[in-house]
Amino acid sequence: MRIVSLAGFLFAFWLVLSGHYTAMLVAAGAVCAILCALAAVRMRIADAEGHPIHLFVGALTYFPWLAWEIAKSAWAVTKVVLDPKLPISPTMTVVKASQRTPLGVNIYANSITLTPGTITVGVSGNDLTVHALVRDGAIDLEGGGMDRRVSQFEGSA
Amino acid sequence: MTGFLVEALSWALILAGAFFTIVGALGLMRMPELFTRMHAASITDTLGATLLILGMMLQAGASLVALKLLFILLLFFATGPVVTHALAQSALHARVEPELAEDRRARAAEPPGDGRQP
Repeated sequence: MRIVSLAGFLFAFWLVLSGHYTAMLVAAGAVCAILCALAAVRMRIADAEGHPIHLFVGALTYFPWLAWEIAKSAWAVTKVVLDPKLPISPTMTVVKASQRTPLGVNIYANSITLTPGTITVGVSGNDLTVHALVRDGAIDLEGGGMDRRVSQFEGSA
Repeated sequence: MTGFLVEALSWALILAGAFFTIVGALGLMRMPELFTRMHAASITDTLGATLLILGMMLQAGASLVALKLLFILLLFFATGPVVTHALAQSALHARVEPELAEDRRARAAEPPGDGRQP
């Protein structure tokens, strides 16, 4: 099932990048997509981690939510940068990642880094070391709102 | 009329994207050290890049070019945090210590609360 979906996605990707739609070329693209999917299976990377298709439905609501979080915190950092006093209070903290799988922890850590004002500088097991530009950013993360949202996304399969 | 609206929205997005890119660059100059500079740079490669690419997608219209621009955006979002994380970790590894106003790392040993200190 996962192989079929992987080949489907690869073929769709090929169609978008190609732009040439003669029968011969499209057939060649389809063959390439299937061969790549089979190669991925042989390399054992076509698993729940390499092709997390089970997260597809959850992603439809998670990524818009994340985009809005990014926009909000980018605006907050913009105000800090443009403030003549440059009111920064760099803070390091450790937050717990409550996700069950390495993939979930990875999504959480990358979401923290993507949000301006907070960077994951270290991961050990379920503990993420985070550097925040302002103290409030660190305290927000410690509150665990984003952690719960990512866990919900991970568990939505 | 619709053409004008699309054009105006596209220009608004591109100008906003340019604004946030410049803010990111300005922050890069103003921040005192490596870690805080990375925060400024992240404005450029999240909000700046997103707005610029959305504006360009409106210029491209419903075409393959718009989809390819979308892939570029997804590539930014997939590679950006990886690169940032690698940079931060290699800086720590090279013993570049961040200048901190407060270090809350020791907090992990405490019992879980709401994270707020009195």
